[in-house]
Amino acid sequence: MAEPAQHLGGRSATAAPAAIELTGISKAFGPVQANKDIDLRVERGTIHGIIGENGAGKSTLMSILYGFYKPDSGTIEVNGQPLSITDSMTAIRAGIGMVFQHFKLVQNFTVLENIILGAEDGRLLRPALAKARGVLRRLAEEYQLNVDPDERIEELSVGHQQRVEILKALYRQADILILDEPTGVLTPAEADHLFRILEGLKAEGKTIILITHKLREIMEITDNVSVMRRGEMVASVRTAETSPEELAELMVGRKVLLNVEKGPASPGAPVLEVRGLKMVDDEGVERLRGIDFDIRAGEILGIAGVSGNGQTQLLELLGGYPEKGSTVSGTIHMNGEPLDVTGTRSDARTRRKRGIGHVPEDRQTEGLIMDFTAWENIAFGYHDKPEYQRGWLMDNDAIRRDAQKYMEDFDCRPRNCHLAARNFSGGNQQKLVVAREIERNPDLLLIGQPTRGVDIGAIEFIHKRIVELRDAGKAILLVSVELDEILSLSDRIAVMFDGRIMGERLPSETTTGELGLLMAGITDTDRHDPAEGIPPEHQYVETTPEERV
Amino acid sequence: MKLGSLNEALTPILVLAICVIWAMVDSGRAVQGIDSALRLMTPLLLACLAGLYSERSGVFDIGLEGKMLMAAFSAATVAYLTGSAWIGLLAGIAGSMALSLIHGLASITFRGNQLISGVAINFLASGLTVLLGIKIFQLGGRTPSLEGAARFQPIELPLAETLRGVPVIGDLYSNLLSGHSILVYIALLLVPLTWWVLNRTRFGLRLRAVGENPASVDTAGVSVTRLRHAAIAICGVLCGIAGAYLATSLSAGFVKEMTAGRGFIALAALIFAKWRPWSALFATFLFGLLEAIANQYPNLDLGFITIPSMFMNALPYILTVIILAGFVGRAIPPRAGGEPYVKER
Repeated sequence: MAEPAQHLGGRSATAAPAAIELTGISKAFGPVQANKDIDLRVERGTIHGIIGENGAGKSTLMSILYGFYKPDSGTIEVNGQPLSITDSMTAIRAGIGMVFQHFKLVQNFTVLENIILGAEDGRLLRPALAKARGVLRRLAEEYQLNVDPDERIEELSVGHQQRVEILKALYRQADILILDEPTGVLTPAEADHLFRILEGLKAEGKTIILITHKLREIMEITDNVSVMRRGEMVASVRTAETSPEELAELMVGRKVLLNVEKGPASPGAPVLEVRGLKMVDDEGVERLRGIDFDIRAGEILGIAGVSGNGQTQLLELLGGYPEKGSTVSGTIHMNGEPLDVTGTRSDARTRRKRGIGHVPEDRQTEGLIMDFTAWENIAFGYHDKPEYQRGWLMDNDAIRRDAQKYMEDFDCRPRNCHLAARNFSGGNQQKLVVAREIERNPDLLLIGQPTRGVDIGAIEFIHKRIVELRDAGKAILLVSVELDEILSLSDRIAVMFDGRIMGERLPSETTTGELGLLMAGITDTDRHDPAEGIPPEHQYVETTPEERV
Repeated sequence: MKLGSLNEALTPILVLAICVIWAMVDSGRAVQGIDSALRLMTPLLLACLAGLYSERSGVFDIGLEGKMLMAAFSAATVAYLTGSAWIGLLAGIAGSMALSLIHGLASITFRGNQLISGVAINFLASGLTVLLGIKIFQLGGRTPSLEGAARFQPIELPLAETLRGVPVIGDLYSNLLSGHSILVYIALLLVPLTWWVLNRTRFGLRLRAVGENPASVDTAGVSVTRLRHAAIAICGVLCGIAGAYLATSLSAGFVKEMTAGRGFIALAALIFAKWRPWSALFATFLFGLLEAIANQYPNLDLGFITIPSMFMNALPYILTVIILAGFVGRAIPPRAGGEPYVKER
């Protein structure tokens, strides 16, 4: 490490030293060039956004800055001093703190223990714990970062866990705070709170680097923004002088439509009728408290809600694999015929035979077997189709032919059906799952978080295919925690909270604000009587006439 | 010490109940038996604590058995050659540490499979001790009997003689607590020490963290590799003491395969104890007690039925199977246990 004074003096007086100055950073993992000759200047006391598609190299770049990876070439300057960051300790000493996308917390430790880990100041814990308690109280007041210091991490909500991560960095006196996709796991309210905290930190003179792929966040909070594409830094601009459209174009390298192009829906007969659906899980918690809704042919019903309010359970139940040990009641009709809800014919296989396609929320654990090839994955769930059989054996050639065709239809890259699923990027993995379900032409498509962790190009594509399926007269149940996605895709929106449907709205007649309130369990008492006593069906019957517009 | 739930208090209560009932039914043999239970517990306790350090740091160690065996052999050999139990102890620790180092290299530095490395260590120790034993002493794998200073002798605790007359307390003190080898007391003292290290020191905090979520330690700027190697080294030292105790205190010399599965019983006790030092004491004492009962009553005559000695001797192993089959409630191992740490964002 170099002596600070020397270099501060040597700098020209015209420009104040930047908080971070990266020059010519390159990093390759095997044949993959994750970062190519990257230059980046982050001014002190600003919020600097770094935006790019998945796999554009944002996280790699920040990991280099935090000493997690060593760059192949290039130099790093922090506050005007050249610095060789060989490990995280060097980065921490230089005042860099990082909040990772996947938190690095010890689940069964208390908040305090997590805060002092690695910064204990001495061999014994007692003084460090006492000191941390005091610092925590001060930080809580200063930045609205309230967390109970003695609570165990596993007892905290995700939003609070994130606060612990920020506190960890501040406790180490970080001057430069890097946040990697911080809002991916937060509710809108939590995200707003986070942004207020970040504004407060900025007001204190701290520098913040925000990595995200959400354009709205960039526009809302950053001062400057840098755009990465395929490992290269393609632009660095002032946020005030750019627009979401321009940034999106820079990110993908061509114009994209942020709004889904879709004509009005022409709904037909009801395809799925769900009445009084209840589910109690094996721990006795009521996950679904009486769900009623219809989906008609040629319409998309979007279910909005903060994750963990029963959407997952609803999807799994409809898909034919409710949680083990749960008890289910209620009725489901598919094309007018009852579906077995609890019996032996309530399994996923029977559901598929009845024309229900299912894109699960988590492609890596439920949608795909990551170590199996693309063509094998494309056969799953449909592997017993007669055209895939050759006597006693499977006709793998037939499957591969289909796989190759589907991958072409969905522009899945690389176009090689012999690669294992794990070798595809997140967006292409999702395309594999969506292709498998849509190409089988289901009457009803259940689709959960269709674009989670998927880049803009793939989002646009998947959205287009969902709308095409609708226009072909199929029914679609869309579950997503992304409000933008729900608003732009759905023909009707139902909001779930605590195992209930709080209400239904038309996308054209509602706002993010109104949906946000419903997602938080607050119903509009002006229009409805107190929500508690009212069975859900009455809450949405009111909107039914409007749907027929 | 904190007994949070009833579950945690169960073992101490069970152990105490066995002792009290035994004392009531057959007081003469009970004192003798519990006394020997303490001695039989010692190698288990040492090995169990050894495993605790290793596994709390996220490295599974089924090589406890092999390390103890290696330590027993080197301790007995060196004690015989030098005539000093203490030098033997150092040799035992060195022998066990050598195997620890292999385990660490294979499973931490080179990120190999921890179970396979452990199995290899067990085989290596089992073969190497016999081979070297035959080569050095030509006694079919045994070492010659140790006498005098080559063995750890029992030590009298202060005031043991004066208190002998006092009923109950004096009796327990001078007959049960006093008169063991120094290694027994070291093992007992290691229990509160381990608790203190784990819960009150920086090293303990980091050790627990690295076993739960190594990434949290890594991103805090602390080396995961170094921490785990340190934990494994402590494990080696404790296994070394355990092995030396077996050969130079409990017995008088090394016999082929003399650990007789104690390393695995210690592992079972570790699970039973849910990876906690005080619980480890009670769990291993329970095993010691069962072994002592089997020794005291080779053919237990209950009046209507006589339990054969084979069954009595098998009791500790039966208990091990029951424990490992998960009849003791849910034991949650350290979350990162068994996984070599690979950096990822």
